[in-house]
Amino acid sequence: MSSPVLSMHGVEKSFGLFRALGPVDLELMPQERLGIIGPNGAGKTTLINCITGVLKPDNGSVKFEGIDITVQPSFKRARLGISRTFQIPQPFRGMSVTENLLVPLDYLHGTANKRRRAAEVLESVGLSARAAHPSEDLSQLELRKLELARALVGNPKVLIADEAMAGLSEAEIDEVLAILMKLNQQGVAVIMIEHIMHAVMRFSQRIVCFEMGQLIASGTAEEVTRDPKVQKVYFGEQAHH
Amino acid sequence: MTRDSKIFLIAAVAVLLAGLLAPHVLKNPFYFFAGYVILQYVVIATGWNILGGYAGYINFGAAGFFGAGAYASAFLFNTFGIPLLGGLVAACLIGALLGVLMGYLTLRIQGVYFAIATLGLVIILETIIHNIPALGGARGIVVYGPPPPAWAAGPSQYMFFLMLLIAVASVSLARWMQISWVGRGLRAVRASENAAECSGVPTLRLKLLACAASGAVLAAAGAPYPFYTSFVEPVTVFSLLIGLNAIAMPLIGGTRTWLGPVIGALLMASTQQIATITISSELNILFVGIVLIAFVALAPNGILGLVARRSRETPR
Repeated sequence: MSSPVLSMHGVEKSFGLFRALGPVDLELMPQERLGIIGPNGAGKTTLINCITGVLKPDNGSVKFEGIDITVQPSFKRARLGISRTFQIPQPFRGMSVTENLLVPLDYLHGTANKRRRAAEVLESVGLSARAAHPSEDLSQLELRKLELARALVGNPKVLIADEAMAGLSEAEIDEVLAILMKLNQQGVAVIMIEHIMHAVMRFSQRIVCFEMGQLIASGTAEEVTRDPKVQKVYFGEQAHH
Repeated sequence: MTRDSKIFLIAAVAVLLAGLLAPHVLKNPFYFFAGYVILQYVVIATGWNILGGYAGYINFGAAGFFGAGAYASAFLFNTFGIPLLGGLVAACLIGALLGVLMGYLTLRIQGVYFAIATLGLVIILETIIHNIPALGGARGIVVYGPPPPAWAAGPSQYMFFLMLLIAVASVSLARWMQISWVGRGLRAVRASENAAECSGVPTLRLKLLACAASGAVLAAAGAPYPFYTSFVEPVTVFSLLIGLNAIAMPLIGGTRTWLGPVIGALLMASTQQIATITISSELNILFVGIVLIAFVALAPNGILGLVARRSRETPR
């Protein structure tokens, strides 16, 4: 059995007196598709901020391929192969779509032909036609695709998609899911944080549910949806009676 | 080398040649005396824009770096006889060091807090100079520079050409930074620091690099000043006008590219020089303020922003 690509042990994070997360133990296997669900404020984004280094956990450890990265800055984690998209798209405004991809290519690896690599990735997410356009001209779907392209261009080992489908139509959700599935087939482990249940259920091999900073359920889509604790979180006290 | 870089190189050589030949055409040394000030502001605006424009960190302390450069070259010449070129190198090193120190202490704060902290730098440096007798204190120091080299038509023409060299070098550095991985990283930082960091950009290191480069260029602008005026005093080199112009000129020209500060400085400094002669030197600051307010309200992306809105292209 292979060892986890990413593992968290006893990770905790508080903001003042409010404990936003933990303690949490969680592992991600290579090429796994993991879905993270939970209501707003459950600690999902805090968790990925602790994984990507945007936040430092108060306690616990985060390991990537066996290396302790708990106190490493985000840019070093990105160089190791942890990549993410943001809940609210954060394009590099004032730069073209291609230039947005050149930034990670400049700093992650010594890619020989950066523009060719950027063009390949834009092609794979269906943004080739917008390559020369300023990022501020993009639609919501295109912004989501740009976030994905920027996260993919450096060949990550783990991709964290934080609500990558928020605000999209059904057809657009299918498009993004197809991109993520293709990427996963190429060997990338994907963590999907999503409120769109049918999308996360379709995509994930394993789902974990968070509530009040705690991991309350873990299993397949079917197991998690049948879990009384999850039903209580989503449908209230009466759901499991 | 790209086509744009070749054009830039040819233009830079042409500007230097024009500067070298200008004394043969323009006989009145006042043109060079006034031209020096305009070029000095090209350097200041360019230096400021590396941190303020590319990275989006508004530095109110430009006069601090300018003053440090001026005092460094004056002190080294008066005390050790080190010529201006040596003083210029020392000023760049001091400016870079000061930039890194300022950056290390202040870059963790953003927006208006960063701006206030940089303003404090000017006050601290001015107070220090005021209290060091070896630097002349509040009275300032007189600098009797050597006569200009034989090939120069006169002291004004020589100082003008020297400042032209510094301006071309500064603009070349700013352009390289803009089009290279450094500039892309800084613009990413300006757009979203978190997204930049998660894309592999070492944001703090890159901002410190920008602080060092910006500080070195701003100090380089100040280094020849004591030789230009034969005198340096705290009130003048740490003046509000320098800090104000350093911000106003790039904002008026456009902060996103190397060309914006050059255009802004050429326009604003030329107008100020004309206003000084024809109206009043005291009206300069009023003029800068009015133009700045007008641009912030009507064209927040500066002159180049207005042009780019039509052509959708940026200079390379």
